[in-house]
Parts: sequence; structure tokens; C-alpha cells
Amino acid sequence: MSKSGLFKSSVGRKFAMALSALFLMIFLLQHLVINITAVFSPDTFNELSHFMGTNPAVQFLAQPILIFAVVFHFVMGMYLETQNRAARPVSYKNYKGGANSSWMSRNMAISGLVILAFLVLHFIDFWFPEINTKYIVGDMSGMHNGEYRYYEELLHKFANPARVIAYVVAFGLLALHLLHGFGSAFQSMGQNNKYIDGLKKFGVFYSIAVPLGFILIAISLYVTTLN
Amino acid sequence: MNLTLKIWRQKNADDKGQMVEYPISDISPDMSFLEMLDVLNEGLVAKDEAPVAFDHDCREGICGMCSLHINGEPHGPDRGVTTCQLHMRSFKDGDTIYIEPFRAKAFPIIKDLVVDRSAFDRIQHAGGYVSVNTSGNTQDANSLPVPKADADMAFDAATCIGCGACVAACKNSSAMLFTSAKVSQYALLPQGKIEASNRVQNMVAQMDAEGFGNCSNTGACEAECPKGISLENIARMNRELIKAKSAVKH
Ligand code: HEM
Ligand code: SF4
Ligand code: FES
Repeated sequence: MSKSGLFKSSVGRKFAMALSALFLMIFLLQHLVINITAVFSPDTFNELSHFMGTNPAVQFLAQPILIFAVVFHFVMGMYLETQNRAARPVSYKNYKGGANSSWMSRNMAISGLVILAFLVLHFIDFWFPEINTKYIVGDMSGMHNGEYRYYEELLHKFANPARVIAYVVAFGLLALHLLHGFGSAFQSMGQNNKYIDGLKKFGVFYSIAVPLGFILIAISLYVTTLN
Repeated sequence: MNLTLKIWRQKNADDKGQMVEYPISDISPDMSFLEMLDVLNEGLVAKDEAPVAFDHDCREGICGMCSLHINGEPHGPDRGVTTCQLHMRSFKDGDTIYIEPFRAKAFPIIKDLVVDRSAFDRIQHAGGYVSVNTSGNTQDANSLPVPKADADMAFDAATCIGCGACVAACKNSSAMLFTSAKVSQYALLPQGKIEASNRVQNMVAQMDAEGFGNCSNTGACEAECPKGISLENIARMNRELIKAKSAVKH
């Protein structure tokens, strides 16, 4: 009886959620490492950007997987959230969630939706123009007036303080998302073993350091544009 | 002590129900919470009003019958106790106390504060047992060595009294802590290992079919569980299910 597939069960769906999240967390680290070079060495940033933007393995293998992971994580997250809400049709008059759980853990959908809003902005800012330049206009050179265009385009975007503020807010919520999510993903995968305490400590470090890194880069670029 | 009680009253499953306020006076701090409700009910009966229906049986924290969501938490503000073990000294004179039923789609209200927790029975029936065939040559349990650590973990899981506070506390009304305790108490022992794969699949399938929510790993269940059932059981159940579902079927 009931020997249906893994992803038809609640536990299996959370396992899939955790796998997609794990992939996103690895991607995020890689993204941060590349972006940091924009602060210390615009030339390195330009070269890495050109490589990532034109390498076929990155463009046609890694990028589609990434997009799938983001869409999957978002759709599955919202599906789980809908089921979870339906599981309590009449709510309590007095509910002390704070007495037994963290705000982050109870509001993953809210922090997630803020991240999604940020991703839309991020796509409009960078991804659509890149796709347009490279695959619609057909200019794969990465050049503008005889120089790499990536760093200049980046600076141009971060001259706007409203964008910097949006980044700070979005990455603040990403930190909250990850402060619960990192440990939660291992629990969802059933990994509650002797390494879990160490992993959770690393998770706290990751969840603060990585978003903070992105925030500092945004602020640093803004400061550069002031000079 | 003088208190104001705000209690959920609902005539039957179809009634809409509402919070009703009852002032109550001369409550001793040494009374248990349920004794306090008994006093309230005596007063209501004397006034020819319907007493407040609530579940209870052993009144010593072992049967899992008592429930109640008290001031925003299942089994009230204290840790590691059931409602029947909660005492009025945990409250202050003049307090307002909210008393609500455990809320979940899978725990429909029968009357007032009494909810139907038979969904837990059905999860248990789906696999929470070890089949003993009456062949006459069943092995003596004592001849199967069990490592002490496993025996302890299985015992801890088996202390779950099926009260449903984990569901009531969870923002998703998830029954993962209960189900995982029942899965773990067998999965850790040699007698239970034989049926482990079918057990976890069938129990999780029944849990899902009952309409409980998914697990967000908030930990609210563990914090509110009167028996201190650990989240490690949920990890173990996740592991067992992932293993069972991804095993190659012959
Ligand atoms: C597209 C926007 C996003 C949305 C709408 C979203 C939504 C969610 C939701 C609702 C959950 C909780 C699922 C549950 O409790 O059952 C969740 C979990 C999680 N998310 Fe996101 N998220 C987004 C982006 C991200 C990103 C970019 C990352 C990492 C870089 C991430 C990492 C995680 C992790 C680690 C978990 C925990 C997984 C688990 O509990 O097993 N999320 N997300
Ligand atoms: S796990 Fe704890 S809270 Fe849940 S039913 Fe068992 S004893 Fe009650
Ligand atoms: S009445 Fe038995 S546990 Fe409370």
C-alpha cells in the first residue's frame, strides 16, 4: 500500500526543498566570491564576468540549473505554505509563537517573498540586459569603447542610493531566511548526527557573513561612485 | 486568586463557536488547572448553565487525554508538563487566562474544548506496531541484544503519550513529532527493523492523508512537548523515509 514516489510525501517535498536550497547556498557563495573582486580589482571582476557570461558550460548548463532551482524553490515553498495554512482553518485568539520558536522559522514565506521581489529587480537590472546584449543584439564581445563594459555598468547601477537601500533590505531578509534555513535544510535531509552542532555554527556564520558581504559590496560601489 | 477566564465555547462540530468570558474567584494557587475548571463548572451547573466540556482522564500526566491551549501555548506556560500537571501557582492574581481547544483541521472540535484526536490512532494503526505472528516459535525478546544507547533512545521516543500538543503548537499543525516518535520507537530496535521500510512509508502517508501540515523545523513541538520528545526523531523519520522511498524495488 501507498508505495508512491518520494516527492508525493510531505517529507519528500521538504527533502527536495532542502536540496534546492543547498544548491542555492553554494551558488550564493560563488556569486559573492566573484562580486568581491569588483571592490578590490575591477580588472579581475571584468575578466571573471566575461568568462561567466560567455562560457558555454556556465551559460547553457549551470545557468538553466540555477534558474530551475530558484523557480522550484519558490513554487514548492509557496505550495508548502498554502498546505500549512490550510491545516489550521480556524486560528487561535491567543497564539504565543515567540514562546517556542524563532521569528525566522515562522516567517520563511515572508523573508522568501522579499528575496523574490529582490530577484525580480536583480533580473531587470542585470540579467535581462545581459541576455539582450549577448543573444538578441548578438554582441558577445563584452566590450564598450574598447574596454570591458561589466565594471562600468555595475558602478552605474550602484550610483543610485535607492538601489543600495533595496540591496541592504533584501540581503537583511536573506540573512534571516538563512539563519533558520541553513540548519533546517540538514534536518529536512535527516542529517541530525554528531556533526550537526558544528554545521549549525558554520550555518550561523554563513548566514551572516554572506549577506553582509553583498551589502558591503553594494555600499562600497556606491561610495566609489561618489568620488 | 481572582481570575478572568476567556474560554472557547462551541455547542457541537457544526456550531460556529466563540470566546466567552467567565470571572472566577477564590482560586487556591495549590489547585491544578483542571481543578480550577472543575470549580468553574460546579458554578455553571449551579446556575443551570452548560458546563465547559474538556478532556481528561488520569490527571497525573501519563494518559495524554488532557489538552487545552492556555494563554497561547498547549498545556500552558510551564515546560515538560501536561495541563493536568499545571498548577494555578503558575498564574498571578488578576490574570486573564485564554483557554482554547487544540486547533488543527485534522483535530475537529467535538464540543467546547474537546477535540477529536483519532487521526493519531489512524497513524498508529498504519504501522505503529510489530507484527507478531502466532507461529508458536517467536523468539524470546531477551535473546536479542540491543545496544544501551539505542534502547535509551527507543524508550525516550516511546514516552510520547499522544496528547497532540506538538500539533497544537506548530504553526503548520504538523504531526511530525508524534509520528516520528512512533516510527523511532520501533526503528531503533531489532524487532522493529524488519518492517521499518513499510512502517515509515505507511505512517507518513496516513499522516499526510489526515490533513496535518508539513514540517518547517521551527522546533515549537519539541519546546511544548510535555514528554520532551526530541527533534532528532523527526530527522530519523526523514532519513528512514528517504531511504525507504529511494531503495530499488524488486
Ligand atoms: C525565490 C525566493 C525564495 C522564496 C519564495 C523562498 C521560500 C522559502 C520557504 C517558504 C521556505 C520554507 C519551507 C518550509 O518551511 O516548509 C524556504 C526554506 C529555505 N530556503 Fe528559501 N526561498 C527563497 C529563496 C531562497 C534563497 C535564495 C536561498 C539560499 C541562498 C534559500 C534558502 C532556503 C533554505 C536553506 C531553506 C530551508 C530548507 C528546509 O527547511 O529544508 N531560499 N524558502
Ligand atoms: S510528541 Fe509530545 S506533544 Fe506530541 S503527542 Fe507525543 S507527547 Fe504529545
Ligand atoms: S489527564 Fe492524563 S495526561 Fe493529563
